[in-house]
Parts: sequence; C-alpha cells; structure tokens
Amino acid sequence: MDSVLFYFFSALAIASAVLMVTRRNIVHSAVFLITALLATAGIFLQLQAEFLFVVQIILYVGGIMVLFVFVIMLVNLDLSLHLMQFNRMKFVSTILAAVLAGQLFTAFWITRNSLNLGPRGEAMAQPHNTESIAQALFQNYMLPFEIASILLLVAMIGAVVMAKRKV
Amino acid sequence: MPVAIDHYLFLSLALFSIGVVGVLTRRNVIVMLMSIELILNAVNINLVAFSRYWGTVDGQIFAIFIITDAAAEAAVGLGIILAFFRNRETVLADEMDMMRW
Repeated sequence: MDSVLFYFFSALAIASAVLMVTRRNIVHSAVFLITALLATAGIFLQLQAEFLFVVQIILYVGGIMVLFVFVIMLVNLDLSLHLMQFNRMKFVSTILAAVLAGQLFTAFWITRNSLNLGPRGEAMAQPHNTESIAQALFQNYMLPFEIASILLLVAMIGAVVMAKRKV
Repeated sequence: MPVAIDHYLFLSLALFSIGVVGVLTRRNVIVMLMSIELILNAVNINLVAFSRYWGTVDGQIFAIFIITDAAAEAAVGLGIILAFFRNRETVLADEMDMMRW
C-alpha cells in the first residue's frame, strides 16, 4: 500500500512537471505546477509528515500559486502565445541538464546500497508530528525562525516597492 | 512494505532535472520562476525522506524554512516581473537586457 501510493504520486508529479515545462500556454503550466505540488504533498503524507502536507497545500497551492495566477492574469499577452517559447540555446541547455542528471543518477546508483541509515525500512514512528515539529522549531531552531520572519518582512516590503507604480 | 530511500532520491533527482531544463530553456520569466519552485520542491522531498528515515524532525524544519524562502522569492520575483512588464510590455527573458531606462 505504501509503495503503491508512492509510485502513484511520483508518476503524477513527474508527468505534471514535464507537462509544466513543455506547455505553450502559461496558464496550463501553472495548473500543471499545482498538480505537481499536490502530488508532492501526497508524498509528504506518505512519509508521515502531516504538518508539511498541510503547509504544502495551504502555503504553496493556496498562497504562492494564487500569486502566480494573479500575475499571469495581469501580464498575460495573447501575443506571447505565438512567439517562440524556448530560447535559441535549448538543445545545448537540455544536453547540459541531461549530463548533470546523468552524473547525479550515476552517483546515486553506485552508492544506493551503501546508504546505511540505521533501522532502514522500519517505520520510524513519529506519533505526534505537529507537536514534535513545534518543539524543535521553538526550542532548537528559535533563532532561524525569527530570522525567517525578518526575511518575510523584507520580501513583503520589496514586493510592494517593486510592484508600485511610482517609487 | 516501506519504500527504500533511494526511490525518493531518484524521484527528487527527476523533478530537479526537469526544473533545471525548464529554467534553462524557457523564454518566459514566469515559467522560469515556476521551474525554480519545482526545484525547491525536489529538495524538500529529499529533506523529508531523510527526516523520516532518521526518525527526527530536523529535515522537516529545514523544509519549512525552504518553503518560507520560496514564498519570499516568489513575491519579490513576481514584483520585479510586474515592474518590468509595466515598462517593456514583455515577459521574455532575452528581452531583459538593461538595468535602467
């Protein structure tokens, strides 16, 4: 059951990622990215990370992607549908990306049996996922948490300044 | 039967590579930003998988920080795209060749 869920969500994620990169219409790209993010959320759930599952759906799908869709609606040009969608170096770039992927794949493939991670395969039970995340976040990771809030403040000010008509 | 961790690594590798291809080949800046989101998601899958297999939540904390970063990056990046579109009426990456006008 575990592996069925995993393979289902992986196939969904990879297929929608490929469709996202290759679609001509940018709105379709956004919808396929939403599908890929939802499939990732399913993989988080399959990994028993319930808190991240909810955060992924609320924050990514409900927040960031809505922002993307808004900007697409503000920016969308019918003109750009008829233009060339890929740049001139697309074959070189694809070959380079394939070489990078091949290197990483080889590295993972060679070392796949030496990944010795303790009691591998046994379900590491984390019965109170949200509770333990809260404890770690507010005890061990207090300073990074506060710095992240400053980062969000800076990003908010930056976005407002950028999107304003007259500075 | 639980899934071995290599499978998560390979899934993450596939998503990462698709994202890299998207960033390198597309001309539309919005699609490039969306590909970056995809890359960040691939990283998150790795972190959560290792977190599960070590039995700690540290990886999930890192994933939360990465999601925060992704939100900040999307907000600022889309603001830049809006400002650029207002001035040049285009969202193509190869038209972005000046710092001011």
